[in-house]
Amino acid sequence: MSAVLSNRDLLLKPVFANNPVAMQVLGVCSALAVSNSMQTALVMTLAVTFVLVCSNFFISLIRALIPNSVRIIAQMTIIASLVIVVDMVLQDVAPDLSKQLSVFVSLIITNCIVMGRAEAFAMKEPPHLSVLDALGNAAGYGFILLSVAFVRELLGSGTLFGHSILKTIEQGGWYLPNEMFKLPPSAFFLIGVIIWVVNIAQRKRAKA
Amino acid sequence: MEHYINLFIQASFIDNMALSFFLGMCTFLAVSKKVSTSLGLGVAVVVVMVLAVPLNQLIYVAVLKPGALAWAGFPELDLSYLQLITFIGVIAALVQILEMVLDRYMPVLYQTLGIFLPLLTVNCAIFAGVIFMANRDYTLTESAVFAAGAGTGWAVAIVLLAGIRERLKFNAIPEGLQGIGITFITTGLMALGFMSFAGISL
Repeated sequence: MSAVLSNRDLLLKPVFANNPVAMQVLGVCSALAVSNSMQTALVMTLAVTFVLVCSNFFISLIRALIPNSVRIIAQMTIIASLVIVVDMVLQDVAPDLSKQLSVFVSLIITNCIVMGRAEAFAMKEPPHLSVLDALGNAAGYGFILLSVAFVRELLGSGTLFGHSILKTIEQGGWYLPNEMFKLPPSAFFLIGVIIWVVNIAQRKRAKA
Repeated sequence: MEHYINLFIQASFIDNMALSFFLGMCTFLAVSKKVSTSLGLGVAVVVVMVLAVPLNQLIYVAVLKPGALAWAGFPELDLSYLQLITFIGVIAALVQILEMVLDRYMPVLYQTLGIFLPLLTVNCAIFAGVIFMANRDYTLTESAVFAAGAGTGWAVAIVLLAGIRERLKFNAIPEGLQGIGITFITTGLMALGFMSFAGISL
């Protein structure tokens, strides 16, 4: 029973209660920079999920073999190789998208979520738990990224995934796009507000 | 000369690493509680940037760039797919060496900068600086100027944020927003402020 519960916890805790972006302030750079449209946010989430799951799995597999003094370099090498794979696949499958994401795919290497999970979890726990943990954290990352992107794209350009939802005045509709949401600072405000909401929700649950 | 001044201003203010590209955000938000510590971190970032970017530029031009190994008899060889792994390796090694050198020869400096150095291996601002250098094909001098500018811009931003956060402690902030929440919003406002630099060109 307890094993089932802990698996569930591993998967669900990082999504809200212990969200890597909002609560632990990890991997913020990319979360802010690629969140101006749903499409880039989704691709970025998938890329991070792939890297995070694979790196956690492989690092956990060889965790007994990595000497403590060179563990950072060993983790880096695994992560960097995975990111190179993602980068090359993206360049081939979706060259336009890969241009839009520019350096941010490469920057998954220094994304603190990946390093953080490798260091804090995969180095200590068996592979199947590490994969669960990675999935949970990737989901938490994606949750923030996609919700920020949802608001920014909807209010900034009136579209979702490029489809027009709120018809803008330029196209003969009624919606005047709020340009601020296209600009980077809006991502900070939105994450700030998300943190606020999550904090309030948690306090309510703790009291109940 | 004008070109270099322009590059410096561009890198430090207009394309500010922290506030317009959101790079190095993790450390930016985590270590900006006190002005003195953030000043130390800022200086460490400038130092590592100025060393890492030109060093990687040399390696990029001499080894990794398409056709760079022509002198060794491989004119068609394109090793640029190895750039990520090489750059991160070079940065990690550089930080490690810098730490040892400082420890041995400049213990006072080591005590102020030392704790931040290991953090900088995974600081995306430095890594991004290196990748920007490769993407934009900077020359050696350009890359050094760019690194100095980008590092300075990052340092200025973190010191400013720390200054604001020291003051924020005395303000009545809604309970749920205290700590990291209000920091995000402050940073957003700062980023808006820095956007006024856009459009300046020398």
